Amino acid sequence: MVLREKPAEPGRGGHFDDRTMEVAMGRLLQFGVLLASFVMLVGGVLYIRAHRDGVPDYRIFKSEPQALRHIGGVISGVTTGEPAAIIQLAVLLLIATPVARVVFALIAFGIERDKLYVAVSAVVLAVLLFGFFHSQ
Amino acid sequence: MSLLIFTSLLFIGSLLAGLLGALTGLGGGVVLVPLLTLGFHVDIRYAIGVSLISVIATSSGAAAAYVREGFSSVRIGMFLEVATTIGAILGAYLAAVVHTQALAIIFGVVLIYSGYLSWQQARNPVPELKTGSPWSGRLRLSGDYPGPDGTRCKYEVENIPGGFGMMFVAGALSGLLGIGSGAVKVLAMDRIMKVPFKVSTTTSNFMIGVTAAASAGIYLHRGLISPGLAFPVMLGVMSGSLIGARYLVRAHVSVLRAVFTIVILALGVEMIIDGVRKWF
Repeated sequence: MVLREKPAEPGRGGHFDDRTMEVAMGRLLQFGVLLASFVMLVGGVLYIRAHRDGVPDYRIFKSEPQALRHIGGVISGVTTGEPAAIIQLAVLLLIATPVARVVFALIAFGIERDKLYVAVSAVVLAVLLFGFFHSQ
Repeated sequence: MSLLIFTSLLFIGSLLAGLLGALTGLGGGVVLVPLLTLGFHVDIRYAIGVSLISVIATSSGAAAAYVREGFSSVRIGMFLEVATTIGAILGAYLAAVVHTQALAIIFGVVLIYSGYLSWQQARNPVPELKTGSPWSGRLRLSGDYPGPDGTRCKYEVENIPGGFGMMFVAGALSGLLGIGSGAVKVLAMDRIMKVPFKVSTTTSNFMIGVTAAASAGIYLHRGLISPGLAFPVMLGVMSGSLIGARYLVRAHVSVLRAVFTIVILALGVEMIIDGVRKWF
């Protein structure tokens, strides 16, 4: 990975600076989206093949089946090759991508010994995890 | 309509929505929800759920390109994400209790206001600030960005509580309506905190993904993210915004902006009329 060098600033930990962190985070996000898109494509093709004769109707709201709404249900669906579950796995991967960025920032701020921003990142991460797990 | 045709039409429509979103700088969500509800007669709650997913995809997909330019500030982003993520969770809870047609009307109003904001922001740049609030340095929000001559331009920010408050609103709108609310985020940074425009827009892109992720889990658990919609829409919006981002460099941005702002305003009015007509 080629990085543009910037002179180290006082108070920021040596070679590892905000710029390095942002470049790595950009790659992390891109990787997450590519992975999710690939899984989404595979699931989508299988979904069309499985539901070829179905007539779609999204006019009236009817909740998705329980199994497709939780990590456990999605994973057990994926192991049996259920197309809808593969699509939901891609959705989970997409949701996890920005969360991974926050985890990465938390570690990176730790390496920079920036206690304030370790705390800030920890709060954001806590809110994200609350949003995901509390609503179950 | 067979599933294959429905899915293909959804993909093409989402691709256009992503393209339009990238060219106006408003993001795919603001065009996608009207398209799904008005064009495909999808229940607005499904439309919002799938839009959130597309918002995460476009924001994360564009991230690497934005990082390369070297404008975004990871600190300003992370600091303000505290406000946007809490707002987003509140917005997602509100979405469960607000009447469906009221959602459509609120969406229309926000759409029109976002169109107006992005128009304003492009026309009247904010003069840069030399010295900001003393808290700008203490909270390490001051930073620098690459200037045109290769030197680094330093900046400070002001009115941090005001910007933080506006970010909470941006987060709540994102969770309620499934949009990135990039225009409101830029408003908070550029207009209120006086963060340089380029820093505001690129940092806003990062924040959009994290904000949408905060409420997307809640939508998933409620069964509002439908696999049949998710795959054509997410892949379509993402392809559209990637094409849009590439084309943006060569296009006559001001002409396109004017045309698309009118499209956005028309969609907003249509959402409100449709919402009112079905409600009463």
